[in-house]
Amino acid sequence: MSKSVLTDSLILARRNLEHIRQVPEKLTNVTVQPLMFVLLFAYVFGGAINVDNGGYKEYLIGGILIQTLAFAMMGPAMSIATDLKEGVIDRFRTLPSRRSAYLFGHYLAEMAGSLLTIVILLGTGLIVGWRTHAGFLHVAEGLALLLVFATAVIWIGLWLGILVRSPDAVMGIGFVIVFPITFISNAFVPIQSMPSVLQWVASANPISVLIAAVRTLFGNPVSPVTKHIWPIDHPVPAAWIYSVLLVALGWTIASRRYRARTMD
Amino acid sequence: MYEQTVRPLKGAGDPLSGGVVATGLGKRFGDLWALRGLDLNVAPGTVLGLLGHNGAGKTTAIRILTTLSQATEGSATVAGIDVAAHPGRVRERIGVAAQQATVDGLMTARLNLQTIGCLHGMSKAEARRRGDVLLERLDLSEFASKLVRTYSGGMRRRLDVAASLMGQPEVLFLDEPTTGLDPRSRGDLWEMLRELVSEGTTIILTTQYLEEADRMANDIVVLDHGRTVAHGTPAELKARIGDDRLDVKVANASELPGAAKAISVFAEEEPMYDMDGLVVTAPIRPGVRVIDVVRALDDAGIEAIDIARREATLDDVFMSLTSNSHHQRDDSKDDQRDPI
Ligand SMILES: Nc1ncnc2c1ncn2[C@@H]1O[C@H](COP(=O)(O)OP(=O)(O)OP(=O)(O)O)[C@@H](O)[C@H]1O
Ligand SMILES: [Mg+2]
Repeated sequence: MSKSVLTDSLILARRNLEHIRQVPEKLTNVTVQPLMFVLLFAYVFGGAINVDNGGYKEYLIGGILIQTLAFAMMGPAMSIATDLKEGVIDRFRTLPSRRSAYLFGHYLAEMAGSLLTIVILLGTGLIVGWRTHAGFLHVAEGLALLLVFATAVIWIGLWLGILVRSPDAVMGIGFVIVFPITFISNAFVPIQSMPSVLQWVASANPISVLIAAVRTLFGNPVSPVTKHIWPIDHPVPAAWIYSVLLVALGWTIASRRYRARTMD
Repeated sequence: MYEQTVRPLKGAGDPLSGGVVATGLGKRFGDLWALRGLDLNVAPGTVLGLLGHNGAGKTTAIRILTTLSQATEGSATVAGIDVAAHPGRVRERIGVAAQQATVDGLMTARLNLQTIGCLHGMSKAEARRRGDVLLERLDLSEFASKLVRTYSGGMRRRLDVAASLMGQPEVLFLDEPTTGLDPRSRGDLWEMLRELVSEGTTIILTTQYLEEADRMANDIVVLDHGRTVAHGTPAELKARIGDDRLDVKVANASELPGAAKAISVFAEEEPMYDMDGLVVTAPIRPGVRVIDVVRALDDAGIEAIDIARREATLDDVFMSLTSNSHHQRDDSKDDQRDPI
């Protein structure tokens, strides 16, 4: 057994790419959907929302980046649920491949998708007039934060897929979780425009913290803090802590679930 | 055409190499023992048939032997390797076609096989070559670049068998490989399996078709509710329940008990009857003449439509070993449970 986990993971990741070649629609939620969001919000709602220091388009990108990456939880969840439903997973488990390669292969493929999303969003942003106003290191840190957060989301998605098992259920559960979490935040409108109770919820929402951190690192306008809680007051360190913790959590629960589901 | 699939004999010389040995294998799900006390000793290059009703424990046994599931008790070696201790090494030597086809619907047949070949450590080109040979062998060449999603059930089944052969396995596990195959495909598959056996491959297959076990298997294990109720060669099993059988077909169901009673004097054991087929069957004692049976039936006032004397089949063995009541042979489905 001279093959490495990485070789096996890449062989398995190729499967996902093949799936996309066969069913290109699978790619719409990481390509067309974010693009649509940028255009919709920038031109349809943008005029109605006031943001100081830079304007709405500069405000928007950080929010859409995190929101789209959060929605990327559905991709891995669907793939795994489909594999479980079709029994494909049992085939791989009787092959001399490394056990961890299966999840890791999915991770690599999904990460490629998330990278594509980031590139598309930043590209569209540049076209509609978004710019960074920070030093190179800060911008790089912002990009790194996005990648770590994307990793966390994918592992949580893998966990969800193993847990739920049915692709349809994944869709339902995914929307019910991700929609409110991403919308009750500073993603699209500054927090001060919300009723007081929602201001508390949005300020405590880790998604708001991540978005604030990305905006800060890119030198874009941030939503003024109205309810003072430590994370939202210190978005950059707090976002790193959240992201790293989420990666650790996602990876642990996904691997555990996988082991439990595949050992009977 | 098939030369390329001849496999280098891994570990030749080792007496256990290629065979399967199980000792007291058992698996419990909650309160249910799906399998209990399974002992196997399958010599290299032979075929073992696992027979049993739905829910008898066949798949459970296959899953343990193929490292997919862990035994609650007992132990097993496949190709001389302990399945619990070294699942990874076992996987290098086995091929598996599970009961439910495990192929990827969103890829072509060729890519399915290529992916599997690569995971076996082959280069892409090598995997593709071997995949094409197997697709040809299983009569799927024509559909090699079609999405598997568009395959019929039988095609999927055959692709799954092809997948199980990608790694040139020493031991091949086939869980109901011919279920859903048309008669011709079934015959082709049997022929192919025989070729593999003649090349030294060991095969464990489960089946519902007694004819299949009869034709393919050197040895048969009959499972019932997880327990081994019989073990032997097809000939031994048939001999065990008497050589000749007598079938009496009657006109209506009300006559079945009377017919059974009338022929019981000639029978080795209590006759069984099949309500739907209106047939009473019994193993008959040597030397019984059919004419005496006809007379006895006539005396009892039974209107027999047909009387036939024939050799026992595995069907008879199966029925007499696994039916709950020896008096009634019916095909009711109440003791059939579907796994998940
Ligand atoms: N994962 C599981 N959890 C609980 N019970 C199970 C599980 N898998 C199988 N069983 C039970 O174990 C018993 C044996 O099932 P198994 O699948 O081995 O039967 P089988 O002989 O393969 O039947 P079939 O001919 O229907 O394929 C059944 O009663 C089944 O309900
Ligand atoms: Mg079964």
